[in-house]
Amino acid sequence: MKGEESREASYWRANLRLLAVLLAIWFAVSFGLGILLVVPLNEIRLGGFPLGFWFSQQGAILVFVVLVLVYALAMDRLERRRPSGQGPDAQGGEGR
Amino acid sequence: MSIQAWTYVIVAATFALYIGIAIWSRVRTTQGFYVAGRGVHPVANGMATGADWMSAASFISMAGLISFMGYDGAIYLMGWTGGYVLLALLLAPYLRKYGKFTIPEFVGDRFYSQTARVVAVVCAIFVSFTYIAGQMRGVGVVFSRFLEVEIDTGVYIGMGIVFLYATLGGMRGITYTQVAQYCVLIVAYLIPAVAISLKMTGSPIPQLGFGGALVEGERAGVFLLEAIDGIHRELGLPEYTAAFVAGKKSMIDVLAITLALMVGTAGLPHVLIRFYTVKSARLARWSVMWALIFIALLYTTAPAVAAFARVNLIQTLHDRPIAEVPAWFTSWEQTGLIRFEDRNGDGRIQYGEDPATRELEIDRDIMVLANPEIAELPAWVVALVAAGGLAAALSTAAGLLLVISSSVSHDLVKSWMGARITDDRELTIARVSAGAAVLVAGYFGINPPDYVAAVVAFAFGLAAASFFPVLVLGVFSKRVTREGAIAGMLVGIAFTAGYILWFKILGYGGPEDWWFGISPEGIGSLGMLINFAVTLAVTAMTPPPPQEVQALVTEIRLPSQDD
Repeated sequence: MKGEESREASYWRANLRLLAVLLAIWFAVSFGLGILLVVPLNEIRLGGFPLGFWFSQQGAILVFVVLVLVYALAMDRLERRRPSGQGPDAQGGEGR
Repeated sequence: MSIQAWTYVIVAATFALYIGIAIWSRVRTTQGFYVAGRGVHPVANGMATGADWMSAASFISMAGLISFMGYDGAIYLMGWTGGYVLLALLLAPYLRKYGKFTIPEFVGDRFYSQTARVVAVVCAIFVSFTYIAGQMRGVGVVFSRFLEVEIDTGVYIGMGIVFLYATLGGMRGITYTQVAQYCVLIVAYLIPAVAISLKMTGSPIPQLGFGGALVEGERAGVFLLEAIDGIHRELGLPEYTAAFVAGKKSMIDVLAITLALMVGTAGLPHVLIRFYTVKSARLARWSVMWALIFIALLYTTAPAVAAFARVNLIQTLHDRPIAEVPAWFTSWEQTGLIRFEDRNGDGRIQYGEDPATRELEIDRDIMVLANPEIAELPAWVVALVAAGGLAAALSTAAGLLLVISSSVSHDLVKSWMGARITDDRELTIARVSAGAAVLVAGYFGINPPDYVAAVVAFAFGLAAASFFPVLVLGVFSKRVTREGAIAGMLVGIAFTAGYILWFKILGYGGPEDWWFGISPEGIGSLGMLINFAVTLAVTAMTPPPPQEVQALVTEIRLPSQDD
């Protein structure tokens, strides 16, 4: 039982680490590039877009989609590696 | 065929489709009524969430709003999409793993308190009603413009349709009609956007045309956004792409509003319950991803449409002799949504910043609805846009109705009467309360409170300041107590509601009196921080939750087995 306990704990820790990284990117792109740094970034051009403006009206949304995709994929892997402790047959995340 | 004939045909066809789906998907159990039997495919649920989320405001008003706001439109674009990251990472999978029927139910169980549940029910019902009034009104407006019936008649027709599929099919009926409605609304949004992008920039992808160069008119060869900035400079308006300059919002306010909308999105009950309908926590994550993709499709197109409309409108109308205006100008003028007054008597339209000399007033709502006409697209496209606006309004209204009916039948009646109530009986109560909610919503649609816009700020602010902190802490902390959660919700709501009431509804004080320069629209983010602080402070002073509640938290954090 002890082993299972720590397996669950390490699953949760891995999840929290992942959340911290993804939320940091979420914050940096939307609030950082899209708002706090928008004025200096607007000096740079991306085609016909001022860069800061592009992040605030296009780029941030695309990054949001990627973040959620990465999280769904990463958690699928994590769950496959660490099925929860309901016996050896439990195959969380396998099949659908 | 005329625009009106096309509109009748397309609207009738889509309504027949929705009713057909309602009859096909009718349900006989509460499990079916509340959570569609939990068998919804994540992609279908993603589409349903998209339609559920994108309201009449997103479809009809948002591009027009951005068109007048320029950079500041980012608050809606990031605010109404960024919340899905929070949903996928912090809430949806855990609420699904918990796996009962409503959000207040989770609050009541996690915080081992009937009081907490009742507070949550009151928030859910209040947030949903403020929202739904706007949807019914939107239905009425679309009907009156395109089918030339009274706004009220439009509201009655909308009520009839929603009544049918919400009471027959519950969540199951709503889910599959929302899938159909998403398809209608996204096609209706993209066709004119692609056509206008092609015409103005030569690119069939609006998101690229947005950053492309104009191919026609006096500014051909100039980048679209540079052209708009140039036009704005000539008219004495702040540049479209500029941020935080005079005439635009301050940085702190943009930050606060964006955060409040993001967090509010993640705390809206009608969005949260959509993720109860998939099979497992794992699929809930995937479902949020699909939802965000489907939403992003519209949300990345909207700012492009806004920019195209800006150039189009000013180039078509500014400095033009009134005798030469295009036909759509006159037909929209009749609705009162465009107003022209030749103040200096020179027979030309002057558009500019100063409201004292500006001769043209344009309602932001017509940008999307008039766009196909401005771009001279065929009549059936105009009709499709009308059907899209109706789909957006009806789908959101239905999702909200379900929250109201399940709150009443499940969280109030069922939890008070306990086991004495049978499943059949509860289902009947759920149907009746959905029906009653339609009537109340219809009443607000016909007699809209004149502060509708202010009330929408309420919905997001309250969701941000009440549900979000409590839900997140409920999952990520085992220590947070019932006393902490209840105190946090009440203080968060009271602060946010008080601030909005003071500045927006009672109208005391102006921007110079705002705390830290945060407008009432953004105050939900401060309310959220206060909620977090109060919850944690009170938690520190009260004994930890009972063992079984801590076990519940451990359980919902574990990966799911059931898919």
